[in-house]
Amino acid sequence: MSFLRQLLFPLAAVAAAFAVGALVVLAVGDSPLNTYALLIGSALSWPDGIGYTLFYATPLIFTGLAVAVAFRCGLLNIGAEGQLYIAAFATAWVGIVLAGWPAWLLVPLCILTALLTGGFWAAVPGVLKARFGAHEVITTIMMNFIAVALASYFTQYHYKPPGDPILQTVPIGENAHVARIGALVPGIPERIPLNLAFPLALAACLLVYLFLWRTRWGYQIRATGANPAAALYGGIATGKQIVLAMSLSGALAGLVAVNEVLGYRYRYYDSFSAGYGFTGIAVALLGRNHPVGVILASLLFGALLRGGLFVDIFTEHVSKDLVMVLQGVIILFVAAEALFRGRGEKRVKSV
Amino acid sequence: MLELREITKRFAGVPANDRVNLTVAPGTIHALVGENGAGKSTAMRIAYGFYGADSGEILVEGRVHRFTSPHDAIRLGIGMVHQHFMLVEPMTVAENIVLGLEPGSPFALDLKSAEARIRALSDELGLAIDPTRRIEDLSVGQQQRVELLKALYREARLLILDEPTAVLSPQATAELFTILRRMRAQGKTIVIVTHKLSEVLDISDEVTVMRDGRVVGHRRTAETNAAELAHLMVGRDVLLRVVKPAAQPKAPVLGVRGLAVTFKGGEKRLDGVSFEVRAGEIVGIAGIEGNGQTELVEALAGLTEGGAVSGTIELDGRSVAGLSVRQRRALGISHVPEDRHRRGLLLDFDLQENAILGADDRPPVAVGPGRFWLRRDEIRRKTEKILAAFDVRPPDPERPARALSGGNQQKLILGRELDLQPKLLLVAQPTRGVDIGGIEFIHRRLVELRDAGCALLLVSSELEEVTALADRLLVMRRGRIVAEVDPETTSMEEIGLLMTGGSAAA
Repeated sequence: MSFLRQLLFPLAAVAAAFAVGALVVLAVGDSPLNTYALLIGSALSWPDGIGYTLFYATPLIFTGLAVAVAFRCGLLNIGAEGQLYIAAFATAWVGIVLAGWPAWLLVPLCILTALLTGGFWAAVPGVLKARFGAHEVITTIMMNFIAVALASYFTQYHYKPPGDPILQTVPIGENAHVARIGALVPGIPERIPLNLAFPLALAACLLVYLFLWRTRWGYQIRATGANPAAALYGGIATGKQIVLAMSLSGALAGLVAVNEVLGYRYRYYDSFSAGYGFTGIAVALLGRNHPVGVILASLLFGALLRGGLFVDIFTEHVSKDLVMVLQGVIILFVAAEALFRGRGEKRVKSV
Repeated sequence: MLELREITKRFAGVPANDRVNLTVAPGTIHALVGENGAGKSTAMRIAYGFYGADSGEILVEGRVHRFTSPHDAIRLGIGMVHQHFMLVEPMTVAENIVLGLEPGSPFALDLKSAEARIRALSDELGLAIDPTRRIEDLSVGQQQRVELLKALYREARLLILDEPTAVLSPQATAELFTILRRMRAQGKTIVIVTHKLSEVLDISDEVTVMRDGRVVGHRRTAETNAAELAHLMVGRDVLLRVVKPAAQPKAPVLGVRGLAVTFKGGEKRLDGVSFEVRAGEIVGIAGIEGNGQTELVEALAGLTEGGAVSGTIELDGRSVAGLSVRQRRALGISHVPEDRHRRGLLLDFDLQENAILGADDRPPVAVGPGRFWLRRDEIRRKTEKILAAFDVRPPDPERPARALSGGNQQKLILGRELDLQPKLLLVAQPTRGVDIGGIEFIHRRLVELRDAGCALLLVSSELEEVTALADRLLVMRRGRIVAEVDPETTSMEEIGLLMTGGSAAA
């Protein structure tokens, strides 16, 4: 019951966004009905539509979870983008340097690298916040610039195949590859890049849920986020929780590398992220910072990304920017939720 | 002057005011009393035009008026001072007062004339408010006087004060009452909303009692007493005095010597404080708020922030000064904080998660290596036990703490802290914002805890509360303990003099 009620508002926001989107489509001179039929049809067709939707949803689950975990501790991690970039580069680096290692060792090592690098990149703003009170929004944004620039630099000058016009590293060893779902499940063609990172993302959701709501550490992180003064009163070392939550957040963002580097491109490719770190903020917001909500919101945004491509190609006037409009309006409506909620509620506590 | 006739107001179908009748005679101070949630504030907000009534009439000076907003009430000479002040902190007194009726043209604000008028109003009542000062530089009592001036500047003849003493020290309360009497002498009419009976008896001419949204009694103050009013408010007989046997103090539990808390720039908010608390006694700290009581409790609990603590703190003869909050809790120090919303509760979390705050690492709630896992069934069992033992209503473990009344929130905190079977309980402002029934309950539990052999350090700005509960009473002023008195034999006046340093009667 209460779960359904939780869904009500995000669904209303999505519906409202589609209504606004329909007006935009009308304004540019296409049929909203056809456009949406195309959008939804291409996102849900079997097997390509669903496969790609899930593939696009995978990095968003990781970044959405990352933002949600930080938010539960009262922190706004704007730095998932940088964390996933630096983690992707480090993961590729391990995959390149240790290419000869056996798969059973190399794949876990690569995943561990993704976790640790992303975690470290986010721990720095965490420590700065806990020790010196530096605001995490500012520091994570700065860390984004550093991450992207560092990864580009190393790619350009040290790991690019000679003569390659594209800014990307040499391929990682085959033993570092993560299997595509198509190779494991009959009936799904292997050309669909959906890979084992997707079930890993679902597992991450389950683990984050258990961690936050069934363990003492999770409780302490949430208590710190809900009321730091009360957390201190209860004997919770809030500074430690901030560093822990940020590290965990960064580690989750780092797992995007599994999908993009180990499961899809098999190399580090400069500016591969379509703003996953930032879309993760929207995913967490729409998903109410809950792992289940994050999955649902990621599926929606994944479907929009997939469908947007088709809308772009097969309509007269509508471009894939429609998807950006829809995303933007969804976020606006979700962000305005407080406005709607405040209505009709008792304004003043009674005495 | 003001009459409410058969006023009914529902929120989401629940009646907050049910056929309320209230008559306020001109030139009187009228007290409107009742427990939290009795509907006092709702009635006054209707009289001020803030809410519209579902049915009923409002009469001002014998004529029926319809209010659609506070502007209508202000035009008829009604002013209201809210419990939470509505002032713009970085602006001056005069700028705040003229807000909404700025004198001069739209392009040239004529503050000078306003300042002169405010100064005249202030002098007339002896408020001593300088209109050119900034709000943020004023004390709480002074800010309240600015609110009074704001209403008077708008030529209010009837003033409604919502819980005006909730934020005031005893001294500031006395000053406020002097001002109110002067205003009455000038012919103003005053309605004061409160739940403190001593104030009702002190200041009012007439009193109307509300319970559960209805008016249950109207008395001339001279012809009633605290016991009768309490009975009307609660609907049953209430023990207003704390009944307690003589204390049987045993070994010292808490020993404090030379305790000081120094902040940046050498500011000492606590200086040279030494005392001990023994098992089986309640040591009370009396003092005007802001004289180091908060710093003392936080230093003992390990919560001092931004200041350096020096001196010795011993629990059972063992120094705890360097220990963390968690370590002190593990040794048996429990703490009921003075501000339950800021410190004591996670308002958005349910009662279960609040019931384990400060105790999330104790079995059987926490299990496994490093006590990593939390057991939901044990948390629920613990919560239900606390809710039942401390009569927290409604006893629904899944409800957010925010949804409880102040008294029930306080009972939850007290229950949580006592469930840890402390050796020492630090308890600050235990009944602030708690209704009479809850106060009685909390006082009884504190005395029971004492008799079970716990050491209690009680800080309260309610002088009546500390003198009634404490077995020994320490008086604090400017971060020091200035006297130890026997609460049985020392008069309130004497204690008041010690609190203020003899400069003025409390």
